[in-house]
Amino acid sequence: MSQTYTTIIGLEVHVQLATDSKLFCGCSTQFGAEPNTQTCPVCIGMPGSLPVMNREAYDLSLKTAVAVNCEIPEFTKWDRKQYFYPDLPKGYQISQYDLPMSANGYLEIHDEKDRFEPKRVRITRAHLEEDAGKSVHDEQAGTADSEIDLNRTGTPLLEIVSEPDMRSSAEARAYLSELKLLLTYLGVSDCNMQEGSLRVDANVNLHLDTDEGKVATPIVEIKNMNSFRAVERALDYEAQRQFRVWQETGKKIGDSPKQTRGWDDAAGITRGQRSKEESSDYRYFPDPDLVPIIVTSEQIQEVKDALGELPADFRNRLIREFGLSSYDTDVLVNQGREVVDYFLEVAEHCDDAKAACNWVTQEVLRALKERESIISEFAISATNLAGLIQAIVEGKLPKTRAKDAFELMMVDGIDVASTVDRLGIEQVDESALESLCQELLDANPKIVADVQSGKPQAVGALIGQAKKRNPNVDPGRVREICLKLAQQE
Amino acid sequence: MAITRADVEKVSLLARLQLSETEIETLTVELGKIVAYVDQLSEVDTDGVAPMAHAVEVSNVFASDEVKTSLPREQALANAPSHNPRGYLVPPVLGG
Ligand SMILES: [Zn+2]
Repeated sequence: MSQTYTTIIGLEVHVQLATDSKLFCGCSTQFGAEPNTQTCPVCIGMPGSLPVMNREAYDLSLKTAVAVNCEIPEFTKWDRKQYFYPDLPKGYQISQYDLPMSANGYLEIHDEKDRFEPKRVRITRAHLEEDAGKSVHDEQAGTADSEIDLNRTGTPLLEIVSEPDMRSSAEARAYLSELKLLLTYLGVSDCNMQEGSLRVDANVNLHLDTDEGKVATPIVEIKNMNSFRAVERALDYEAQRQFRVWQETGKKIGDSPKQTRGWDDAAGITRGQRSKEESSDYRYFPDPDLVPIIVTSEQIQEVKDALGELPADFRNRLIREFGLSSYDTDVLVNQGREVVDYFLEVAEHCDDAKAACNWVTQEVLRALKERESIISEFAISATNLAGLIQAIVEGKLPKTRAKDAFELMMVDGIDVASTVDRLGIEQVDESALESLCQELLDANPKIVADVQSGKPQAVGALIGQAKKRNPNVDPGRVREICLKLAQQE
Repeated sequence: MAITRADVEKVSLLARLQLSETEIETLTVELGKIVAYVDQLSEVDTDGVAPMAHAVEVSNVFASDEVKTSLPREQALANAPSHNPRGYLVPPVLGG
């Protein structure tokens, strides 16, 4: 029986906010410190300690929530989510339950390869909470105890929950890439997945059309995905697995409770984990140690005004102001704000924005990749690259020598005028070029005859010879002039 | 709202408390009394009164984002039932 299904995906993203200190105490959030050297009575839950909200953490979460188009309620508070786990020293996590700091936002996604139509993914809510610690299991010790490191405990996290609006792993990937790009532009997180600054859980199930009408499979939450690629693979695997299970058992949503499965990247499969406690089992209640936050519409407006240009704004501007293609625009914007700023400066200082885009997206990015370097350390300043492009536009630098000039500028960090001198590039004036072409034609009567009998490609052989005689000649011009002169003979 | 034996069993499981048969019976009665006591509040007419999210009429208390000295590790670990020089030791965590 052939059967089609739609994959329904919602994502929960936890992003670690880029504060220096923790959410409710002054301990450092620096990654990689010696275990248990960044804790204090507040973050390890000693009796009598009092948490106080980190202003920067709240400001960063507000900035992010506004950037993902969320509504910001006037009043927000923090709640205790109770559960027992060795990495949660207080026995509860300070989180937000019924009055989160933001709700009802959205993020626009699109695909460079047009695998899906651009769409808006709704964001249910974004709320601010504290992180838990880490358990390290010592494999060598076999069945020995797990060791707990509480350095991460109390680090500020923004949990961003989407609606189940994605329909393929490609859409999920696009959502994550766009969200990460946005967070990076905002500077609210380093989004380093390896260090756990950005974590993704996915909720997925299938909608099927059957003889008895529409049917949904039980929802599964997938955890332990450590890269965007892993998220894509896990979703693809899980959709197929659910379809297979549905064919075998016919189990529908509601027939079994929501299941949590962990992604095993090496094996390429998801495995069942302990069943999740129901939300009511967390026995949320308002944290009496923390006071609520009240924001005014003026404050929210200030945050909006200070956001600056975000990826979507840059894409629109690059297309509108410079006439770039949406593909080129994506390449530039996806490289991050610094690359966009570099491009803008190049484009501003030369008369060919399209060429500026080509140089940045091709030569500059290639050079950076080869050197494993970043744009802020790139040897050719934006104004120098603009000078190079302008020299080509004005005919002072033949296109054929442009890459040589670029290489030299990159090595020596010099401007285009010095480069042109150094390379011995001289402009070949028109009369010199014509006499050179005439000499070549005179020496090659067979080529002249070929051109006259309708084989213009025959002049190709002359271009190489012309370049040997003078490396500064423009091959395009040589071709044109030779064709013109040959026809006149 | 009456507290049933099943309620006590569920709450004790969530709180990771292992209760004996007699304790479950005693607690069902005692917790029932506590809830009944608090339930008197439902007699108050709260029409038109906004729900209160916090007992203190204070809001927007912030600390600046400055790193302060943390506890020396020996002190942080000192009260743990079991630890090594680096960290707390707990029975193996199962199921991720
Ligand atoms: Zn602390």
